[in-house]
Parts: sequence; C-alpha cells; structure tokens
Amino acid sequence: MQLTLWTYEGPPHVGAMRIATAMQDVHYVLHAPQGDTYADLLFTMIERRNRRPPVTYTTFQARDLGGDTADLFKRACRDAAERFKPAAMLVGASCTAELIQDDPGGLAMGSGLTMPVVPLELPAYQKKENWGASETLYQLVRTICTGIPMPERQAITGRRPVVNLLGATALGFRHRDDVTEVTRLLDQIGVDVAVVMPLNATVADLRRLPEADLNVVLYPEIASSTAGWLKRTFKQPHTTVVPIGIGATRDFVREVATLTGLDADAAVATLSSRLPWYSRSVDSTYLTGKRVFIFGDGTHALAAARIATEELAFEVVGLGTYSREMAREVRAAAELLGLTALIADDYLAVERAITEAAPELVLGTQMERHVAKRLGIPCAVISAPVHVQDFPARYAPQMGAEGANVIFDTWVHPLMMGLEEHLLGMFREDFEFADGASPSHLGHGHAAPTATVERDTVMVAATEAVATLDAPPGELVWGPEAEAELKKIPFFVRGKARRNTERYATEHGITAISLETLYEAKAHFSR
Amino acid sequence: MTAIASGLDAAGCRDLPVLRERGQREVFCGLTGIVWLHRRMQDAFFLVVGSRTCAHLIQSAAGVMIFAEPRFGTAILEEKDLAGLADANEELDRVVHELLARRPDIRTLFLVGSCPSEVIKLDLARAAQRLAGQHAPVRILNYSGSGIETTFTQGEDACLATMVPTCPPPTTEAAQLLIVGTIADIVEDQFTRLFETMGLRDVAFFPPRRSTALPAIGPNTKVLLAQPFLGDTLRALEARGATLLPAPFPLGVAGTTAWFEAAAQAFDIAPDRVADALAAPAARARKALERQRTELAGKRIFFFPDSQLEIPLARFLAEECGMVPLEVGTPYLHKEILAAELPRLAGIQLSEGQDVELQLDRCRALAPDLTVCGLGLANPLESEGFATKWSIELVFSPIHGFEQAADLAELFARPLRRRMRLAV
Repeated sequence: MQLTLWTYEGPPHVGAMRIATAMQDVHYVLHAPQGDTYADLLFTMIERRNRRPPVTYTTFQARDLGGDTADLFKRACRDAAERFKPAAMLVGASCTAELIQDDPGGLAMGSGLTMPVVPLELPAYQKKENWGASETLYQLVRTICTGIPMPERQAITGRRPVVNLLGATALGFRHRDDVTEVTRLLDQIGVDVAVVMPLNATVADLRRLPEADLNVVLYPEIASSTAGWLKRTFKQPHTTVVPIGIGATRDFVREVATLTGLDADAAVATLSSRLPWYSRSVDSTYLTGKRVFIFGDGTHALAAARIATEELAFEVVGLGTYSREMAREVRAAAELLGLTALIADDYLAVERAITEAAPELVLGTQMERHVAKRLGIPCAVISAPVHVQDFPARYAPQMGAEGANVIFDTWVHPLMMGLEEHLLGMFREDFEFADGASPSHLGHGHAAPTATVERDTVMVAATEAVATLDAPPGELVWGPEAEAELKKIPFFVRGKARRNTERYATEHGITAISLETLYEAKAHFSR
Repeated sequence: MTAIASGLDAAGCRDLPVLRERGQREVFCGLTGIVWLHRRMQDAFFLVVGSRTCAHLIQSAAGVMIFAEPRFGTAILEEKDLAGLADANEELDRVVHELLARRPDIRTLFLVGSCPSEVIKLDLARAAQRLAGQHAPVRILNYSGSGIETTFTQGEDACLATMVPTCPPPTTEAAQLLIVGTIADIVEDQFTRLFETMGLRDVAFFPPRRSTALPAIGPNTKVLLAQPFLGDTLRALEARGATLLPAPFPLGVAGTTAWFEAAAQAFDIAPDRVADALAAPAARARKALERQRTELAGKRIFFFPDSQLEIPLARFLAEECGMVPLEVGTPYLHKEILAAELPRLAGIQLSEGQDVELQLDRCRALAPDLTVCGLGLANPLESEGFATKWSIELVFSPIHGFEQAADLAELFARPLRRRMRLAV
C-alpha cells in the first residue's frame, strides 16, 4: 500500500485509452465500474478534443456483481461494434474488473465480433499509464501485423528513404507538434514519413508499417517495445536518439542519415536553429551556472539535462524521473553530472529534494510547477503529466530545430533578465526589490508577494531541518548583524547560505555566528 | 434495457413519465465528493483506500491541483495487498500511522472505500474501529465512495450518513432546526442571518465546518435538506428520531422562499414575521433575475444525469426563468425527498439512470438550446453545435438562496450569451 496525494501517471488502462483515442478507427471496450468514465474528461477537457474517446465502459454496479457481469461485457462489445463499426477492437479491464476476473479477451472472442480483437492484460496493481500505452501499442501492432509477409525492400538508391514515426499519442506532452516538426525535419533531409503511429492512424495504416526502411522512436517509454518487435519481425532498424535540443537533433539527423544511407554531414548542415546563437549572445551570459532542478518522464528529463548543461550552460543541481522504466538511463546521466538521480513517484519526495537543492529554476511537470510556485522559484514545464496549458493554441514543439527555439524561450522567460538581476543584487534594500519581486517583464503577481514570508519560512525550516542533523539545536546562535546580512542574500540561495554557514561554524567549533563567520563560510564554500 | 414506467405512484398524484435506463453511465463515482467535503471540514482528512485509478480520478476531477498539501490522499492497493487481507490491514494501519504522525492537525480521518476495496471485501468499518482505539482522540470513520455503490454526490450522502451516529444526543427538550447538506460558507452565513431575523437563533448546519463541532440529534431535531441527494443521511437522522420538514430546495426565489417558510411553520413563527424577513431579499433576487430571464425565456434545455440537483434546477429554470425542459435526467429519483419538487415538473420527460449513447441520440434529435452535461460530453457536444453547461460547476459554486439566484441563472445564461457574442 502506497500513500499518494497526487500521481504522476494514471492507471495503465488510461495509457490504452491514449492509444485508442489517438487513432481514427479503433474502439476500446473497457470492463469498468461507473466512475471510471472520468477518464473521458482528460481528453475532452485537458486536451480539448472535440470528440469523445472511442471507449465503451460497462459501468457495472454492485448489484451486477452477484449476477452476470460477463454477459454485460459481451453485450457492451456487441453494442459498441454495431454502433461504432471500428476496424479493430481493444478489450480489457480496469482495476476493479481485473479483480472480478471476467476474462474480457475470452468474452470478446465469444461475442461474434467480425473485426480483429486485441485483448489487453494491463495489471492495474503493478503497472502505470506509460506502460499501459506501450503495451497497448505493442499488442495492437502485433495483432494487426502478424502474418504480413516480409516486404521486399528496394535498396535505398535513387529514391527517398521512408520511415514510420512511432509513439505519439493522445494526451501526450506536445506530441501533436513534435510529429509535425519531425516530419518537416525529415523532409528537409530527404526522408519521407509513411505512417505516424498511433496519432491519427487507421488500422489500414498499421498494415503498411513493415514497408518502411526505418522506424523513428519518438517517445521510448511508449514506442520502444513496438519498435523492438518490428525489428525482430521485419528487420526494420529503429532510431535511439530523441531529437529534443539542438545537439540531440543533430545526433538524430546523423543517426537517420546513417541508417538510411544518406550523407550525414550534408543532412546536419540543413539544420538551423536560433538556440546556439541566442545562447552565445552576450545577453545570455547571466544564464551561466544558473542552478536548475530537473524532473519529468525519462525522455524529457534526460533531454533537459543535456540541453541545460551543453546548450544553456546551466548547472544541474537535481535530476530525476518518475519513469521507473528509464531509471537506469537517468541514473547514468545524473552520475555524469555528479548527482544522485531521484527516482520517485512521490511528489512530496520531489518537493523535499527541490527545497533542499534550492535551485534558481525548476524544469518539471505540472506538479513541480505548483511546488515551485509555492517556493517562489521560476519554473518551466518540460513533461507530462499534462494540464490544459500544455496544449497551447500556437505551434510549440519540443523536438527538432523549432523545438530548441521553443525550449530556449520557455526556459529563459521565467528568469530575471541579466541587468535586472544585478540591480537586485546591488540594492537589496530598495523597497521595490523585496523578496519575491518578480521579473519586471512578467508583471505583478507572478511570484505571489504574500507568499514571501511563508516561502522564506519554508526554506529556512527545510534548511534548519537539515542543519539540525549536524548540530543539536541551541548550540548555534546567529548574531543580529549576521542575521541581517543573511537577509540581503537573494531568497533562493539564502537557505543554502544559512546551511553552509552553519555547517562551516559547526566544523570550526564556532557557536556564535558573526558577520565574519558568514563571509568566512562564503569564501570557504565558493572554492 | 429501457422501460417506461408511468403512473408510478399508488397515490396517483405524481403521474410523471419516467424513462428508466441501464447502460453506460457517464457519471463520476462518490469519491468525487471529497473534493468539496475536505474544504468544508477543514480538520478532516479523507483517505481513499483504492487503486491508482481512484487517485487519478480525484486529481482529475479537482480540475486544478490544489496548492497546499491536500487534506485527502489515496492508499493505493498493490499486488501484495490483494494477496492477503491480513497484510492489507497491516499495511493500512501503517499508512494511517504515518499520515496522522505527519498531520497532527487532523481531528477526523475518513477511511473511504472504493470499488477495489469493496470487491476484495476489505472491512473498513472494522479497520476504523481498530485504528480509532490506537489514535484517540482522532475520530476515525469510514464510508464507501465506490462507483459500484455511489454516483457522484452520493459520496457526500454516504459520508454524512456515517457521521450521524457520532453526533451527540440533545441536552435539552427544545426543538432544533438542522440544515443538512454542504452549502457554501457564504450561503450558510446568509441563511443564519435570515433565520435570526425570523427569530430562529438555534440553527445547526451539517456537515459542520469543523468535523468535531457535531450537532446534537434527537427526536426534537427538525431536518431541512439543503441538498436533494441525501437519502441515506436522512434515513440515519430519522433513525435517531429526527423528522424531515418537507420542502422544495432553496434554489431560486420560489424554492428559497418555500424552504424558509417550511422551517418557520415548523417552529410556529408568525407568517407576518416570515414575510417581513424574506420580502427584501426575495424582491432583490427577483430584480436581479430579470436580466437572465429575458435571455433564458423560451430556451429549451436538456439535462444529462449528474448531481441529482437536476430536478430542483429544472423547476427553477422553468418557473422563474421561463426555460422549457425537454428531458430532465437524474442518476436517482428519490421521490420522498423530491415530493415538493416533482409535481411542479408535471408533463416533463424525466429519466433515471442512463444509457449514454441512447441519451445522446435523444439529445441530438431534440436539438436543445442548452444541454447540461458532464465534462466528458461537453466539448464533443459543443463541437457538434450544441451549447452546453458543465454540470460540475453547479456543485462547486454557491447557488443556493436568494442572493445567489441570479448567479445560478447566470451559469445557464453565460454559455448562450457567449455563443451570441462570438464571431469566430
């Protein structure tokens, strides 16, 4: 039993819904109690979809449990088949139906359905949303493509290579725009896209998957297992680089070119993004060494870590993911940065880690956006779980050259501009520069001014909690001058300054912290 | 799966055509009630014992994630909890222990049953008893908000019903008025003032703002329901000797007036005094309603079932705003509780339960001017050209009483006005 307040991922059947909803002619019959229909609103409200997800729920009730829930399921299958006439039917159970063991797969097979039926076994008490999406995509492709003869692929000479894009789903973080951007990018280097799967795909499209020269794995959490099966079954290679950030986009282009026999240098030369110049322009000097905390799904957290260090020269002070499937990769990336990765789906643990790291920018999910807002730290959202804001009206991909531009803007925008930050540092006592003064280009109310005191208390409380581990309470006393000086330090590093000073004092046997101690500690830790 | 039952009452006075349907129900489960109950009772914590789906539902239904650490959470059942109930109980004890250690401000902990906990027959009543012994003075209660037993607002009903037996007996013989059902704080304050003006000072509200400030309940308790979805709570109150004051619900001017009059009559308050107290706010509300009435009059409205508020809402919109209800759907039709409402909807098609596909077919065929429905249906219907009102807003907004009557009408007028304005 795990105590959860907010969850990063929904149950696995929501992952299956993301596949079904992305496609045009698949229907999902879900054995589930009433209430589980809430999942529809994720798509109709958060993503603003203009049609209901293609899902029929049996919505059984307590009184049905004594009777025949199996018959209810069969009837739901037949009714859905007749009303929606899907080209393929997914069938499965949500958490509660899993317990009553009606065997939706077997029941559907016995319902006289004429279209292909894909039984989904998504263990709700072990697995989560992304796994559910991945497994559904895999089972669907396997069911539809099994038995298709190995296509006779022509050598790639005198024609444009053809690829499939795998993994973009409904309710995905910027999936819609990533598909457009990657399609453009590939076109630019002379590569055509055959099938995008599952976003806007039909079952007929699925049958064309084996024809392509290469599969592009856009989101490994969702598409890796499918790409692996296609590789084993149809000898189709697949990409391993996710083109988020300009460096990764270059690597991706190089990988595609190599796998399809194109001139890799020439392909990379077609790329143009503003990010490299914007990052090198002197205005961006103030970004150097900005302390950032990164948390998200595996793919986006890894990409963010690379962009932050290589492309913006930030200092990553925390890196983590809720995707246990990608824990190994994230741990390795963190280790290279001298960090221990945070692998957790407990948002309170993430909040504690953020508080402790006292970053200047949080790159996270909607959960971290709330945490950052509470702590008064600027934040940009880089990953699902999504919110209505993550489906902007404008074109805002994360992938490719344009994605790099979007990321530059999105991450830099919440920060204080260079000179403004300096002035804040110089004139701490100007009343307009009180703690929580937000960057002037963001107007009032960005960082809730009333939260200032509370925020500081949170920071101090957190750092004190840490400090007490080293020194029993009561042993260290802050002199009034030192305490006043501490307040002149920007709030986002104040907690760290307090902690460092106290650590320095403890290590040097100092019990009364004076101005001297504060600056001694500053010099000591800045080495 | 569809049956039309007419002349359903032996009494014959409520000869209403009710369409009863069984099929896919596009409604929330009772866990959703936690979203407002935890705000109402600020010293209570709601611990759902359920699955990841339950946690995801509440988080999604809450719409926005709540800023502070919320006063609700989910103890998510895992594979090993399903293997043996003994272990599940041990695990639950551990989670409760951790939770209460971190939240010493909590005075009442509700263990909330879910579909999976009901199906595996995890006995939360016994767990609550066991844990109450270990965590006194924290009260530990339990109820089920599971989708196999409760629809949306029935979660509040189940929660309140479980609180009733913990209410103290009265210490006096004096009759006391008890208002039952969560209403907005501001509405409670308005109601309190109006009752005082009428000379009724000792009015209790249930659920209370603090979970420990429980009202006394006994044979002298007179119950006035503020919400129509409280059947089980009413039965629990009646079991303690309380009596129900039959009244329509305090929605709109007519409903609110009749609601106050029912209370006044039971407490022998002179009609003149009641009329004096209600005259000014009622006149104000009628005046405020004029604008929406001109916008809503003659407009045809279709209700999908959601909160059980549909019937009083349809009565208000028909009587006071001139709207024409085409079909009024409700998850459950509680005839006793709605006794003062139903005759006022004579001749209007009512439906109970749901087969969402068939109901959508009917809705499309009738082409209403405004459709009241849940969040899963609203945007798809809008994209088909139908104006919609999300029903969940009717549960999350102050809509009761005189001062809110125009606000309530405004919730229905705004989608129509918006469509008139838009030129895109």
